[in-house]
Amino acid sequence: MRILTGNDLKTGEVVWWNGQTWSLSVHDAVDVGDAADQILATEEAARRVNVPYALEASQTEDGVRPAHIKDRVRALGPTVRRDLAVPTADKTGWDWVI
Amino acid sequence: MYKYDSYDQAMVDARVEEFRDQAQRRLDGKLTEDQFKPLRLMNGLYLQLHAYMLRVAIPYGTLNSRQMIALGDIADKYDRGYGHFTTRQNLQYNWIKLEDAADILADLSKVEMHAIQTSGNCIRNISSDHFAGAAHDELIDPRPYAELLRQWSSFHPEFTYLPRKFKIAVIAADTDRAAMRLHDIGIQIVRNDAGEIGASFYVGGGMGRTPMIAPQIRDFVPLDQLVTYAEACLRVYNRYGRRDNKYKARIKILVHEMGAEEYTRQVEEEFAHLLEQGVEPPLAELERIKPFFADPAFEDGPKSVDRSDPDFALWVDRNTVRHKHDSYVSAVISLKPVGGIPGDATGDQMRLMAKLAKQYSFDELRVMHTQNIVLPHVRIADLHALWTELEAADLGAPNLDTIEDIIACPGLDYCALANARSITVAQRISENFAKKNRTEELGQLKLKISGCINACGHHHAGHIGILGVDKKGTENYQLSLGGSEAEDVSLAKITGPGFDEDGVVGAVETVTDVYLEQREEGERFLDTYRRIGMTPFKEALYG
Repeated sequence: MRILTGNDLKTGEVVWWNGQTWSLSVHDAVDVGDAADQILATEEAARRVNVPYALEASQTEDGVRPAHIKDRVRALGPTVRRDLAVPTADKTGWDWVI
Repeated sequence: MYKYDSYDQAMVDARVEEFRDQAQRRLDGKLTEDQFKPLRLMNGLYLQLHAYMLRVAIPYGTLNSRQMIALGDIADKYDRGYGHFTTRQNLQYNWIKLEDAADILADLSKVEMHAIQTSGNCIRNISSDHFAGAAHDELIDPRPYAELLRQWSSFHPEFTYLPRKFKIAVIAADTDRAAMRLHDIGIQIVRNDAGEIGASFYVGGGMGRTPMIAPQIRDFVPLDQLVTYAEACLRVYNRYGRRDNKYKARIKILVHEMGAEEYTRQVEEEFAHLLEQGVEPPLAELERIKPFFADPAFEDGPKSVDRSDPDFALWVDRNTVRHKHDSYVSAVISLKPVGGIPGDATGDQMRLMAKLAKQYSFDELRVMHTQNIVLPHVRIADLHALWTELEAADLGAPNLDTIEDIIACPGLDYCALANARSITVAQRISENFAKKNRTEELGQLKLKISGCINACGHHHAGHIGILGVDKKGTENYQLSLGGSEAEDVSLAKITGPGFDEDGVVGAVETVTDVYLEQREEGERFLDTYRRIGMTPFKEALYG
């Protein structure tokens, strides 16, 4: 699947495109298929999000898993400060991140 | 320490308000990110993996308690309760909101601090010896010269858009505690044969993807020509630096490709020209600056401690350093507890360190490029009281310059440029050696970890260096041996194929085993490596 991410303009928080708006949870990310460029252009123009980009991911039983390690770290937060993980951090643990 | 005059304060305050307007225009949608990015970077505001990151300048690593308290308060008020001291003697906040950034800069300005020129292709924060003004072996205090260069380089219109970022270090001792020759310009304050004080210039050093040791291009520049000579070095670089290729744009590439001799010839030509232009600030400005760095009122007192508490004695042995006054020492507060995050300090810890500085160190603190904090002037008589408070706050780790005193960049846990995590490797290595109680046996061993080729973790200069790379989407770690950032400067060499995270932790243990087997009396790890070479280490690692 192809999903979209970026950082919230005001807070800098990592956000994921859920089909309507930007969510803090990677699990809300939806497959945008061929519409990535169009959505990115619209959202950049609206200036709600910083440097959005498209990335590959997979849908698993436990949720959406970005393909690249950097995006997996972005999805939950610093692996060395799990106390600072995003509020919707995986209840199933961090094993899939690294 | 230096105090802002009305011009300094007015400039910083004006910059805060200018940035407040710029940030608001971005928030209002009147500026695109492409338009705003260079403006925020000029004020130290990056966008990292999880949030905005603000890098605060700490000129030559010197702070007073009021400033450290402000840094702790900002950590609590605007961030998530902590900050990260860096290898540039700066502080970074990892969780900044754009809408708060101008307010933070305003809070910093109240204590004579800012984030100007902590990013961008300009002259960055001037770094120096963290024991400056306290070291027993320094010629003079280098900080007045660092301050003069700070003032010269701040908002310098000619050097605001250099080919690439530019870093200067100033020291005044033969012992190099600032990685001076791994800077774009390294300056050592020296005395010549005639007994005059001047500056020796080294140009074209650096780490990053192409590490180089700066060659000396001038052994003596009179102090009343210091800024002019620096200006000449920058001018030649600004003229010929590779603006066409970011990866070849640092001055080290120019000096290397042009040749140190030709580069020097052009600098000397430019220098002669500039001497006629009168760009040097009047010596009166240097004389105005010097009293800010005058010695505090040292008093005679006890010259030794009661060593009956072995834990205290160990901390004294490891974390205190000889001072120029024999009743004092410089005390290093380790930000490297076993298994901790190198360089991180909580707001509470920052305020405690500020309190201790006020109580025991004439209101002064220093940030080390090794991500620890120094109380530069502590009476030997006060050491036990100081240590007791540090211990209670988890700041008493006795590990200066040991294998537990690891430099680590933020790595993939925070940094948008990183390919692999650094912190977790540092944590595992320090835990491993602490658990096996081998730290003492290994003696001085400087281990440095970077999460990408940009080398913020100084891995090229580690006795043992570790570089994290991306290998087909997974973390991989290259091991290197034999680097040094000190006066015996050298660049580490890669041992061979890399390792995964578990593997590199084991590999570090393997190379220390080789050291312990092979070392001769009095040898550090680095000495043994230099004597026996890479082969025994490679054989142990790869069979």
